[in-house]
Amino acid sequence: MSGSYRAELAKLVRRPASWLLLAITLVLSLVFTYLFPYASIAGGTDGPNTDRTLPMLLPEHLVGNSLGGLPVFLGAIVLILGVLTVGGEYGWGTWKTVLSQGPSRLEVYAGKLLALAAAALVVVLSVFVLGAVAAALIAAAESQPMTWPDAGDLLTGIGAGWLIATMWAMLGAVLAVALRAVALPVGLGLVWMLAVQNLLAAIAAPLLDWVAQVQKGLPGPNAGSLEAALGAPGDTPGVAASVGGGQAALVVAAYLVAFAALGGLLLQRRDIG
Amino acid sequence: MNLPVRTQGLTKRYGGLTAVRDLDLAVRAGEIYGFLGPNGAGKTTTLRMLLGLVRPTAGTVQLLGRPPAAGRLGGVGALIEGPAFYPYLSGRENLRVLARYAGVGPDRVALVLDLVDLTDRAGDRYAGYSLGMKQRLGVAAALLKDPRLLILDEPTNGLDPAGMADMRTLIRRLGAGGCTVLVSSHLLGEVEQVCDRVGVISRGRLIAEGSVAELRGAAGLRVLADPLDAAAARAGELVGPERVRVVDGGLELAVEPERAAWLNAELVGAGVAVRELRRRERDLEQVFFDLIEKGTTDVR
Repeated sequence: MSGSYRAELAKLVRRPASWLLLAITLVLSLVFTYLFPYASIAGGTDGPNTDRTLPMLLPEHLVGNSLGGLPVFLGAIVLILGVLTVGGEYGWGTWKTVLSQGPSRLEVYAGKLLALAAAALVVVLSVFVLGAVAAALIAAAESQPMTWPDAGDLLTGIGAGWLIATMWAMLGAVLAVALRAVALPVGLGLVWMLAVQNLLAAIAAPLLDWVAQVQKGLPGPNAGSLEAALGAPGDTPGVAASVGGGQAALVVAAYLVAFAALGGLLLQRRDIG
Repeated sequence: MNLPVRTQGLTKRYGGLTAVRDLDLAVRAGEIYGFLGPNGAGKTTTLRMLLGLVRPTAGTVQLLGRPPAAGRLGGVGALIEGPAFYPYLSGRENLRVLARYAGVGPDRVALVLDLVDLTDRAGDRYAGYSLGMKQRLGVAAALLKDPRLLILDEPTNGLDPAGMADMRTLIRRLGAGGCTVLVSSHLLGEVEQVCDRVGVISRGRLIAEGSVAELRGAAGLRVLADPLDAAAARAGELVGPERVRVVDGGLELAVEPERAAWLNAELVGAGVAVRELRRRERDLEQVFFDLIEKGTTDVR
């Protein structure tokens, strides 16, 4: 098991796509969370989503700002990482190479999930560190107080971010196992995250009560609710307090476990082509 | 008898297609076993079932005494249906990753790279490897665990003649060292040179099994003589007409080659001019085609 984990970690670390995805995550996070709002505030621009005031970009709001991107674009990127990590074995035909070395399917799969969880933690920590640097720079530039969240809030935020990011990574993994490919799972995953979830929230839920109720059980709205509970700005796409933070954390955790288990079950039962 | 590979009634069906049908395979310890068959005969499906990659519809598999799905494939090395590695890693890095799965130390990586003569290019990215280099890396990966049983699917694919000769030497050396080798191939000459025993599969069924000599059958004599009719008649009188066949303008006699001098004297004594008289052995290719044709007919 530890051999499989170390092997998966080595593949993930040496894969250029992993670093590219991390770089994109950080750039998106920096640009949409700090750069654009700060430029808007500094330039006095008026328009949609210009209600973010300077205090919202300061270190005090680090947790909420860092979690804000997870329901949509950061989550999408972690989902892609999950697909690449598992689906790559189908694309390159390397399942047979790996399994011929002796580990069981579930050992390899568990190694992948652990490596993905580690990668998700790295992504979340990186977003927090970059957010801290950006917030500190803005505070220094604007001569604002450097008030940081307390350690408990910070740890809770990092934990929640890790939980959400890992859940999206597991969704990527299960899609890759189910479809035994890379391109289709990435495409379907992104369509779900970026299009279907938003359509349900913006169009279907206000019209139909049962859709609004069903939404409360879906992974995206629960991730958004958890982030909202931890202070993510309400104007961020995907962030909305549709359920309580505690319930949202439980539902996200349940999805994480369900995605991981379903992927393992499918992998165990099917032939390796 | 110690049988590192044992299948009983092994069957794999995909919907209405039966890829492997009631296959009983027995590979003995220490032997090099050739698994022959035309494309689509079911060789790779069988090997995949041996390794637990494909689940049989029916039947059982025992590898080194236990079913492959029961746990780790300890003591088994395999190269199945061509090499497949991570293109962004070098050959050496690929093997190091696989060594972690296999639970073997990095010292084995250097050793197996040397065994397949790939040390000089081990630092290059796999994506830049030629087909032959990829194949050698695949064999190196199969050897990582210092296996007691090695399963190789078409190991010489993509190799140049020198590489093929090296591969044969390596397989022989492994066999001599006590490793049991199951090698599938469609290259009959290769199998003939390397294998102790051969199994022939056609349309998913094992249609023949034995040593190369057994499959070839007993040697006989081929005679070119004039006039052919007289030669055939006299040969029939001497050895029995059921042992004489006229093939391609000559006679094929199912008699011991040691009787050549006696036969020559008898034919010449009967006024037949003998132009050529030589030992006749069916080559494996002829045996193979005969078996496949017979197997196909039987299956129909």
